[in-house]
Amino acid sequence: MSASLSLILAAASMIGCGVYLVLERSLTRVLVGLVMLGNGVNLLFLISGGPAGRAPIVGRGDSAMSDPLPQALVLTAIVISLGTTAFVLAMAYRSWQLTGHDDVQDDVEDAAIRRLAAADEASDSFDLSRRGDAEDELELPEEEGRTA
Amino acid sequence: MLVLVLAHFVAAAAAPALVGVLGRRAFPLLALVPTTALGWALTSTSEVAGGAVATEKVGWVPALNLDLAFAMGPLQWVLALVVTGIGALVLVYCTWYFADDEPGLGAFAGNFVAFAGAMLGLVLADDLLVLYVFWELTTVFSYLLIGHDPTRRASRAAGMQALIVTTFGGLAMLVGILLVGVTAGTFRISELLAHPPDGTTITVAVVLLLLGAVSKSALFPFHFWLPGAMAAPTPVSAYLHAAAMVKAGVYLVALLAPAFAGVPGWHGLLLSLGLFTMLLGGWRSLRQLDVKLLLAYGTVSQLGFLLVIVSIGTRAAALAGLAMLVAHALFKAALFLVVGVVDHQTGTRDLRRLSGVGRSAPVLAGTAVLAGASMAGLPPLAGFVAKESVYGALIGVARHGDGTGLGHVAGWTVLTGVVLGSALTVAYTARFLWGTFATKAAVPRSEVAPIGVGFLAAPVLLAALSLVLGFLSGAQNTMLARYADRFPVGGHHAGLALWHEPGLALALSVVSFGLGLVVFWRREPFAVLQSMLAAPWSADRGYLGLMRRLDRLAVEVTGLTQRGSVAIYLSVILVIVVLLPGSALLGAAGRWGELVWWDSPGQLVVAVIIVVAAVLTARSRRRLKAVVMVGVTGYGTATLFLLHGAPDLALTQVLVETVSLVVFVLVLRRLPEYFTDRPLTRGRYWRIAIGALVAAAVAGFMVISTGARTATPVSATFAREAVAFGGGRNVVNVTLVDIRAWDTMGEIAVLVAAATGVASLVFLGSRTSAIRRVHDISGPGPGQPPATGPGRPVWLPGGGTLTPERRSIIFEVITRLVFHTIVVFSIYLLFSGHNNPGGGFAAGLVTGLALMVRYLAGGRYELDEAAPVDAGALMGMGLFVATGSGLAPLAFGGAVLQSALVDLHLPLLGDVHLVTSVFFDVGVYLVVVGLLLDLLRSLGSGIDRHILHEESEPTRDREVTA
Repeated sequence: MSASLSLILAAASMIGCGVYLVLERSLTRVLVGLVMLGNGVNLLFLISGGPAGRAPIVGRGDSAMSDPLPQALVLTAIVISLGTTAFVLAMAYRSWQLTGHDDVQDDVEDAAIRRLAAADEASDSFDLSRRGDAEDELELPEEEGRTA
Repeated sequence: MLVLVLAHFVAAAAAPALVGVLGRRAFPLLALVPTTALGWALTSTSEVAGGAVATEKVGWVPALNLDLAFAMGPLQWVLALVVTGIGALVLVYCTWYFADDEPGLGAFAGNFVAFAGAMLGLVLADDLLVLYVFWELTTVFSYLLIGHDPTRRASRAAGMQALIVTTFGGLAMLVGILLVGVTAGTFRISELLAHPPDGTTITVAVVLLLLGAVSKSALFPFHFWLPGAMAAPTPVSAYLHAAAMVKAGVYLVALLAPAFAGVPGWHGLLLSLGLFTMLLGGWRSLRQLDVKLLLAYGTVSQLGFLLVIVSIGTRAAALAGLAMLVAHALFKAALFLVVGVVDHQTGTRDLRRLSGVGRSAPVLAGTAVLAGASMAGLPPLAGFVAKESVYGALIGVARHGDGTGLGHVAGWTVLTGVVLGSALTVAYTARFLWGTFATKAAVPRSEVAPIGVGFLAAPVLLAALSLVLGFLSGAQNTMLARYADRFPVGGHHAGLALWHEPGLALALSVVSFGLGLVVFWRREPFAVLQSMLAAPWSADRGYLGLMRRLDRLAVEVTGLTQRGSVAIYLSVILVIVVLLPGSALLGAAGRWGELVWWDSPGQLVVAVIIVVAAVLTARSRRRLKAVVMVGVTGYGTATLFLLHGAPDLALTQVLVETVSLVVFVLVLRRLPEYFTDRPLTRGRYWRIAIGALVAAAVAGFMVISTGARTATPVSATFAREAVAFGGGRNVVNVTLVDIRAWDTMGEIAVLVAAATGVASLVFLGSRTSAIRRVHDISGPGPGQPPATGPGRPVWLPGGGTLTPERRSIIFEVITRLVFHTIVVFSIYLLFSGHNNPGGGFAAGLVTGLALMVRYLAGGRYELDEAAPVDAGALMGMGLFVATGSGLAPLAFGGAVLQSALVDLHLPLLGDVHLVTSVFFDVGVYLVVVGLLLDLLRSLGSGIDRHILHEESEPTRDREVTA
């Protein structure tokens, strides 16, 4: 099966630039990158689906038809990407409403765990699962010769 | 048997409702279930005595050869009696133990009965995997019962500790089970015992199985969970943590002993751990001040003792071990129930505060003395009979090995250890009876509330059974011997009897009894000795330290891997893509197939445009430029689709690209013009590098994989099937609505979810997408009054609501002229899609674009004029139509989403060729139109309102909500 280098070039360039943009902080850039990545990946479907041919409509000539299955899959993907675009845009708008910019923030909970790790401390849930209340004291029942 | 087990679970499910109606009086009713099981076991007595094994098998997972297999031999019979009998008695006892307003009583009753069912299933299971399931069920119910009062930190912690320790053992056991089952080729216990496999794998597996038994039966080093579990209500301690669950480990060892007692490591592990636990438990028991904890450590000690006996593997030891198991279940359950009564009636379990209880409650004290005597091994009780035969069996092993392979040293060591352990048992029994019931001079006499007859019934009955069983040793002999028969006949004569010939066994009994009394009598110097010997280390602390280290490790690992930054996560994923599959590429280098520069020269031209536009997008610092450039790549992609022979894709791509562009602009009008300024950092070069590497890897994959393809595509027959079964000539469309209609179904559901998400991000308070048409506006609109007076035709009614500087009359006129044409065209696309490019998606997008044009020309009121329907309703209707047309074939005996061809002759229209899948496509169309309408309402009209709101209240903060 022959592969068209032009198609591969177009797909690879869109994917490369898409990846570059997706790794950004600005949600708009991430979204633009995502759309471009999507376009590139859709082209990949087409490339791996086989060589170009006539439209997959029965009764329009005798030459070889292009493969209809990847086309159906890509059609689904295109419409879904519209949904994704709208959703991420709404998120960017909301983020702008709240913070005045649309930059993706780092997770606060993760930062809290990193602080625990840096301070060499156990997690909050660990403290809840111990029997005693004191810092490092295990509260054992009283026994002969030992008073709690 | 399955029915009996299931009955427990059914009763458990009904228990909360029963308790809700009857309160604590539901307990006797629930006790009927284990009583029925007890009755069934008792009616099987003569069969079991005759050597018959009752079996039952119900297929469960045939593919795995997994059956719900049950079998009741003599060992199972004994345990079933213990589990059901004591279970029923403790349930009855609960009636008096709890008050009606006890929080969580319904759940408690349910868990308790379910536990009884799981325990019954455990002892009756004849399949190792089924046994494992019940094993873990008992763990779970034990956890729930220990944590009966979740408001107490102590009970939560104790429950969690018991769960972790026993589940750890359980998992080890599961590995052991799988090793045994796979090696032997069967999981059926009866088959494994009949033909025991051997080899190194089996040795490892058996050790793993024993790990499960040892943790469940609270042997050192896992013993600490059992005293912790005393946080549970006393009925739970009596049943789970004395009579039933902790016996599961003993049962497993007793079950496997006939086949695997000779496996290397068996005796070493069980005898050493058992003996040490027996001594440790007795020793710790003597230090307790809480009489319940005293009994708990006593249980630890007795469990060690039991495992020593049942693991020996001679006929005499098997007989003695089983007798001891029964005796222990009876006396320990009775004693726990006595403690429950004392705690309930006096309000304390502290032996420093209890005084004179024996005088106030003589029957209770008598019960405790009887059960205690059995525990200490005094004649004529069941405990004495069992202990005598234990000594007899151990003497046999110590003198001449008795076929176990144990040497003299080992034999005498075990015997000495057991005698010392029994002495400690006598001592802590005395301490218990003295501590609970004695009148102590220095302590004020305890108030004892009157005890009801029913409350006493269960402990009295259990203690009485201890006595009766002592005299019934002959009958016991007959029943238990059936199990002991599985072991080779040893040198020592095996037999239970109240009175043997006086000999070494009796002498040892006397010695241990005397020694124990001395320890109790000289308890003060002994306590000083214990304090001196107290180890600074305990398993409890060790466990806590281990858990803390585990938690610290988790925190470190989480801190290291969860950086909380999307960019970092993505980078890791992408770098892995480059490194792993990418390096595989290097190995395949040179093996590509035929490569051509282009399929048609146009491809190259478009490709170059795409590359330029992509680079410009990445470099862009302005939002709008980036969006326009990405649009160029999109339109370029559409052109490539067209050149490749995919007109449907090209059409959809162009439409989606146009819609996206408009939606982008609608939102971008609110966002800053430029991206946040960022200095050139190392991070940027790093991103460029990742992008380039990923692009190179992807190009490589494509070059290699297209050349590597050899199989015929699955879609080779699509064209023929599309015409024959789908009734359409456009194969892509038929694929969407018929061949792969499930995909489309999922997709439209995703679209609905996305639209809902968008709306909820923009309309925060409620989805205020109430449709407001032009004539709803009261008073003059912004700028000038609405131009919808009667008799004055306008091009677009909504245009008048806009300010003059935002109006374009030419745009309004053109919109008016083309709108209906576009809508009609979209309907044509919808219905012609089956045979020509088009279909629901494209048609929906075209209709959406027509609405978009109306909105852009006339504002948000114009949009509501054009489509006075709720977007959500439209999408819902679309989903309904699609689902309905998918399900409709079921009514005609077809499959879901099957399409049918209908040819009708209609007057005027002539012959109509109808394919039912067109209804599905109509559903898709409605969903897509709804999506676009929703986007326009939220990102268009919604944001319009936000802007208006801000302009009218300029002083307000920017955090406007809809």
